[in-house]
Amino acid sequence: MDLYEHQGKRYLARFGVPVGRGSVADTVDAAVAAADRIGYPVVLKAQVKTGGRGKAGGVQVAADHAGAAASAEAILGLVIQGHTVGRLWIEEAAEIAHEYYVSFTLDRAAKLDLAMLSAEGGVDVEEVAETDPEAIARLEINPLDGLTAGGAEALVAAAGIDAAARDGVADVIRRLHRCYVEGDADLVEVNPLAVTATGEVRALDAKVILDDEAAFRHPEWSEFADAEPDDPRERAARAKGLSYVGLDGSVGIIANGAGLAMSTLDVVSQAGGAAANFLDIGGAANAEAMAGALEVINSDGRVRAILVNVFGGIVRCDDVARGVLGALERVQLASPIVVRLDGTRSAEAQALLAPHLSERLMVEPTMLSAARRAVELAGGGR
Amino acid sequence: MSIFADENTLVVVQGLTGSQGSFHGLRNRAYGTKVVAGVTPSKGGGSLEGIPIFDTVAEAVEATGANASFVAVPRLGAPGAVLEAAAAGITLVVCITEHIPAKDEALLYNRLRRDFPACRLIGPNCPGVISPGRCNIGITAGEIALPGGPVGIVSRSGTLTYQALHELSQQGVGQTTCVGIGGDRVPGTSFIDVLAAFEEDPETRAVMLIGEIGGSEEERAARFIAAAMTKPVVAYIAGVTAPAGRTMGHAGAIVSGHAGTAQAKIAALEACGARVARDPSEAGKLMVEVVRGLG
Repeated sequence: MDLYEHQGKRYLARFGVPVGRGSVADTVDAAVAAADRIGYPVVLKAQVKTGGRGKAGGVQVAADHAGAAASAEAILGLVIQGHTVGRLWIEEAAEIAHEYYVSFTLDRAAKLDLAMLSAEGGVDVEEVAETDPEAIARLEINPLDGLTAGGAEALVAAAGIDAAARDGVADVIRRLHRCYVEGDADLVEVNPLAVTATGEVRALDAKVILDDEAAFRHPEWSEFADAEPDDPRERAARAKGLSYVGLDGSVGIIANGAGLAMSTLDVVSQAGGAAANFLDIGGAANAEAMAGALEVINSDGRVRAILVNVFGGIVRCDDVARGVLGALERVQLASPIVVRLDGTRSAEAQALLAPHLSERLMVEPTMLSAARRAVELAGGGR
Repeated sequence: MSIFADENTLVVVQGLTGSQGSFHGLRNRAYGTKVVAGVTPSKGGGSLEGIPIFDTVAEAVEATGANASFVAVPRLGAPGAVLEAAAAGITLVVCITEHIPAKDEALLYNRLRRDFPACRLIGPNCPGVISPGRCNIGITAGEIALPGGPVGIVSRSGTLTYQALHELSQQGVGQTTCVGIGGDRVPGTSFIDVLAAFEEDPETRAVMLIGEIGGSEEERAARFIAAAMTKPVVAYIAGVTAPAGRTMGHAGAIVSGHAGTAQAKIAALEACGARVARDPSEAGKLMVEVVRGLG
């Protein structure tokens, strides 16, 4: 789960990481009232889960009441990389002396945690990594050992952090590490971590990604749960507990297993079409699950043809065929359906489907032929 | 020959009396796997369809000589179960458990590496390992595999692995061993571990690698293929058109560079001499060609 900046800051604060005072606002009036309360100057920041907010004009400093109103007006409704700004975070402005970059994440290749710290924060740190990799100090941390005080100090020294700020930065780094570990975060990234003119260390931004698999031991995460998705198809799929992602094409996809579902998207694209969705029906490809999946796809006005792609291992194809037929009795499909069933008991499945075949229900032997047929029925797809 | 598991592998199923453990454990035995024991704390002394149950893995090993474990216990107990098996001297653990938090997996991996370096963990969240005709540990349907080699398969995906087995078997091309390493972020066994084992195995004469988007394991595998593999490799990578997943901030980009996309993985594998298929069926066809070319 990706957190918004204001949520991320609240999460960091739980582990004692210093963040600025502020509040959220969804309207210009609320934003100005918040700014008045906090005291000027303030920073108004678009709350969207994407980068490039600053360049898009989504982060502005306001010196007074009128400035706050103008900035709130300008940022609310702004579209940043496809995300429409509906919420602002308003925070006391800090007088910045130095800006650093710090992050904790998993190095999947080394299978160790990785801390990165750079004295060149507040800028495009990916560019720094390419042009001047030495400017980013790295520390691999074995999770069995954790981050020692010595490790944090060595990292701070290696990054060339201003001598006067080293102790303060090292202390915040240990807190960020606690947030990463005890907070079950996949990523904790602060850019910039600022040292103010008065020597105070403060997280001016926060990018936190929580590990969804750990949600069961963090009941407090419920406060971060997103509101219902905007896409009605995704809302319906979520209600049925399906693993679904809405896309823009015209071929509705149902497959078993995430790998096969991804592969099905690829093959549809190869056949010249485009998928309307990703849907992994999982191990239980029975009538109930199939009906639920077909209902979601049927509700999608973009869909012109449906492709069911199931490989039977332990799941038996004849059971899946019964599932498809049972679902067709329950759901009036607006689009024709192409079925490809292969693997365990696929011959029995073909026999079951044979009496029901029509221009509304077709069977194809391979993934590619099924994809071609579905794309053709969808009128070329795109 | 085969890698990791064969007819001499003696399997203890941890969680044999649970729903997953009994379903798959008994299927594995029906396939011919030597399932010699089950472990369920507090149910020691009992038995399931003739398989003796023990309270601990150590007791099971002592009584039956088990040398491999199939961990089919829920996520809260799974890392502890794997470590218990390792501490009892088990050298191969297959863990099918899903939804283990990344922090727990990283701790488990590093604990095994530090304290039990002789123990190989496959998974978690994987279909397991099957050496057709010899041994099947995990959730793969044994009947879609064909004994006799000469192809070794290694895969991050479940259903695509079955698809690959099926495509080859239909064409009469057998497999030595098929290893599903699982798609989690900290797998106990990586592509390179399996590629190295296939390279050493005299019966394996060609290798199929099935990857997917995310991480940089396929890119690392490509470098290994160029540096250390003499056997031909056919690869398939799923997710060319997958919607962009969540980005791991700048940190993710800095750590993995441009790795991670299907395009980057395909380019890396092709540059290292692997033949990369555009879809699973084509991967099967390419492998059949490769095998026929072996003479």
